[in-house]
Amino acid sequence: MGLSTERIGLYNPAKPMENRITDLGPRHYWQFFPPVIQENYGKWKYHEILEPGVLVHVAESGDKVFTVRVGGSRFMTVEHVREICDIADKHCGGHLRFTTRNNIEFMVDSLEKAEALKKDLWSRKHVSGSFKFPIGGTGAGLTNIVHTQGYLHCHTPATDASSMVKAVLDDLFDYFTSMTLPAQVRVSMACCLNMCGAVHCSDIALLGYHRKPPIVDEEVLEKVCEIPLVIAACPTAAISPSKTEAGKKAVKIKETRCMFCGNCYTMCMALPLSDKDGDCVTILAGGKISNRIHPPRFSKVVIPALPNNFPRFPEVCESVKKILEAYAASANKYERIGDWAERIGWERFFEKCDLPFSDHLIDDYRLAYDTFRTSTQFKYTDASWAVTEAVDGE
Amino acid sequence: MAFEPQEPQKELKYDELRIYSDAELKNYTEKELKNFKIKHDIPMCEDLESGPWPSFVADAKREALHRRKLAADRMMIERDVVEDMLGQLELSFKDGETHWKHGGIVGVFGYGGGVIGRYSDLQVKFPSIAHFHTVRVNQPASKFYNTDYLRSLCDLWEYRGSGMMNLHGSTGDIIFLGTFTEQLEPIFYELTHVMQQDLGGSGSNLRTPSCCIGKARCEWACYDTQELCYDLTHHYQDELHRPAFPYKFKFKFDGCPNGCVASIARSDLSFIGTWKDNIRIDQKAVSAYMGGEIIPNAGAHRGRDWGAFDIRKEVIDLCPTGCMWLEGGKLMIDDKECTRCMHCINVMPQALRPGVDTGVSILCGAKAPILEGAQMAVLTIPFMKAEPPYDNIKAFIEKVWDWWMEEGKNRERLGELIQRQGLPKFIQVLGIPAMPQMVKEPRSNPYIFWKEEDVPGGWQRDIQDYRSRHAR
Repeated sequence: MGLSTERIGLYNPAKPMENRITDLGPRHYWQFFPPVIQENYGKWKYHEILEPGVLVHVAESGDKVFTVRVGGSRFMTVEHVREICDIADKHCGGHLRFTTRNNIEFMVDSLEKAEALKKDLWSRKHVSGSFKFPIGGTGAGLTNIVHTQGYLHCHTPATDASSMVKAVLDDLFDYFTSMTLPAQVRVSMACCLNMCGAVHCSDIALLGYHRKPPIVDEEVLEKVCEIPLVIAACPTAAISPSKTEAGKKAVKIKETRCMFCGNCYTMCMALPLSDKDGDCVTILAGGKISNRIHPPRFSKVVIPALPNNFPRFPEVCESVKKILEAYAASANKYERIGDWAERIGWERFFEKCDLPFSDHLIDDYRLAYDTFRTSTQFKYTDASWAVTEAVDGE
Repeated sequence: MAFEPQEPQKELKYDELRIYSDAELKNYTEKELKNFKIKHDIPMCEDLESGPWPSFVADAKREALHRRKLAADRMMIERDVVEDMLGQLELSFKDGETHWKHGGIVGVFGYGGGVIGRYSDLQVKFPSIAHFHTVRVNQPASKFYNTDYLRSLCDLWEYRGSGMMNLHGSTGDIIFLGTFTEQLEPIFYELTHVMQQDLGGSGSNLRTPSCCIGKARCEWACYDTQELCYDLTHHYQDELHRPAFPYKFKFKFDGCPNGCVASIARSDLSFIGTWKDNIRIDQKAVSAYMGGEIIPNAGAHRGRDWGAFDIRKEVIDLCPTGCMWLEGGKLMIDDKECTRCMHCINVMPQALRPGVDTGVSILCGAKAPILEGAQMAVLTIPFMKAEPPYDNIKAFIEKVWDWWMEEGKNRERLGELIQRQGLPKFIQVLGIPAMPQMVKEPRSNPYIFWKEEDVPGGWQRDIQDYRSRHAR
């Protein structure tokens, strides 16, 4: 049975449950493996990264699989996927895979085939000049920036995702295609605090942030929202019931309590927070999810707000580059950004990255005390002398 | 048998399934694409066509041109859907605000998850994206594909949807981005009947489970991540498609503590492969690393001259537990002190391998910041065998769910419930003893919530008896 070409296909709206199939789950993975993967499943011995983006995995049988990894932009059209299929058909027996970070991996069973594949991949460009399939994203380099939907599909974003990621990766392209960093660097992007992805544990995280409390759409609020749920949704108890002059039930916001999380908007469409001037980009750094050497860590806020300058976000690009370059210049081999920051001390991190430190970076949410320094072990930097000066200490 | 699918798998051949002819698929030239202008003026979007990284705008434009040149009856939603999407994106850049409306309850009959409703708030200006619903398609484990399958999906989605997709969404699904309500049931029907393929999860459901590459192409997978992911996805189809939970619930499967799918940071139940015996050592290969014959860290640092490999500096001194030393040119490990962080194995993959007595550690309660702040998963089960039919793991999952579904508040993730009621309560529910491995350090406040049964004689006392000893 082929895919149907009727307007509503084989589906019969008069009898929606007729012949219905549900709960099939995904197709079984085994059929999608290339033969060399099937034959050596669970019997891999070791691997090596031959050059940026090119891996070889060696099985106990002596079989080898060569993988060429290329960046993907996550948003893809069927035209792009068809081209990916053309490549897989031409070089890889019709098989391919995607990584968790939106890279595409083409696998072949010999080095010669990998060379031909690489040549083909680098030769493919969009008419406007960008590479379609840049090779890289392995080892001590930068891998693809995972991101969320932004203005392409989401109703709560404080910034756009695809455009910011394109801009940042254009700037950091050489770090994607090389392995010159002290360790891998995982940059991630989320367009609001909902963080649809593990942005909160990335080496560098780009986060869209709202900075204005919600507007109360009193006209419709009582009709479209469950007021008790809206009130309960606020983690800081900033929302309470009220009545409009016309006697409609609504809510009022204690604005100084709002931390702009947007949870109320998720519960109630009559409380929008998006705003051209208020929305901004927050940068966090030092997180990771691997258990290697040090336990996994959260990213820490290092830049509270940068402007949403569409479409190229120059301030964001410049800041990410600054952090990355300071890290590349002074971290030890194997040291992730967060490990480096902890070794040199966060006060030195701000100095080395040439980032200002403001009161916005001192935690004032729950459990903030855990982040305060309760020791005389600190390093002098310009920031500490500014405090000394402020109290006529010298 | 480990690799048997739970249902017989229909073989998919693109040539039997396809909608479009070769001529329809190759219906534009490079030259036409160069000169192509979409119907809206989009200077900011077009700025994103330059630079080396793959441009999503350039990609969108070729789909727009492809649709322009298809016959009108060869697409079931408007041909200019991509052009309207780019037009709205341009306006969002200009306005600094999204133009997607909040909410929209749509879906397919019988399912509460898998489809996300979306409508434009500029429907007059961009009628082709007035509806722009997303369909989540449950990806195969580890995201391996063949081209027959992918090409068939492409035809289906070009015919009944926008031709725009995400490979993949953050949770792991294949995302079909944008279609009209009328096409939702037909898409589901074609997916299930023709492609033997189901939707993923959304809403207060079990979200589509996802796993690392596992045994397919990694020497470190301590259990079969693909199989466990597949088995649990099938076993819990009801939970995946019909919302019965307080909020979303995620399973993720990492084959080793390197954590390539980030399960520890973003899943309510994080399954991380581990071992309980000794790291396997090939002393000949250790010597080869020390002698510079094998490149360390699998070549991950090739791009820069870091000097000759120094096993003391790069392995022994970086070991977080200090459980390694050299003795007569041999690498020694005191395995009982090892915390299986993977660093030594990562640095010398040809010399060191995880042990052979393997299983999973289970960590509970990770989530992103909304609502009560970001949480990392808590180590709850140190070691558990992970072998088919996984009854031990299913029993554990169901204990967790019973408690969360009974006690969890609306929109409260498991981790938040553990915070609210306490880790001691959680382990009591699970029927497991406390262990020091659950905490980084014991509590520093002594405000222990003693229970009545903990205290000799209980809590009931007689005031008269007290007063017999203490005057008022």
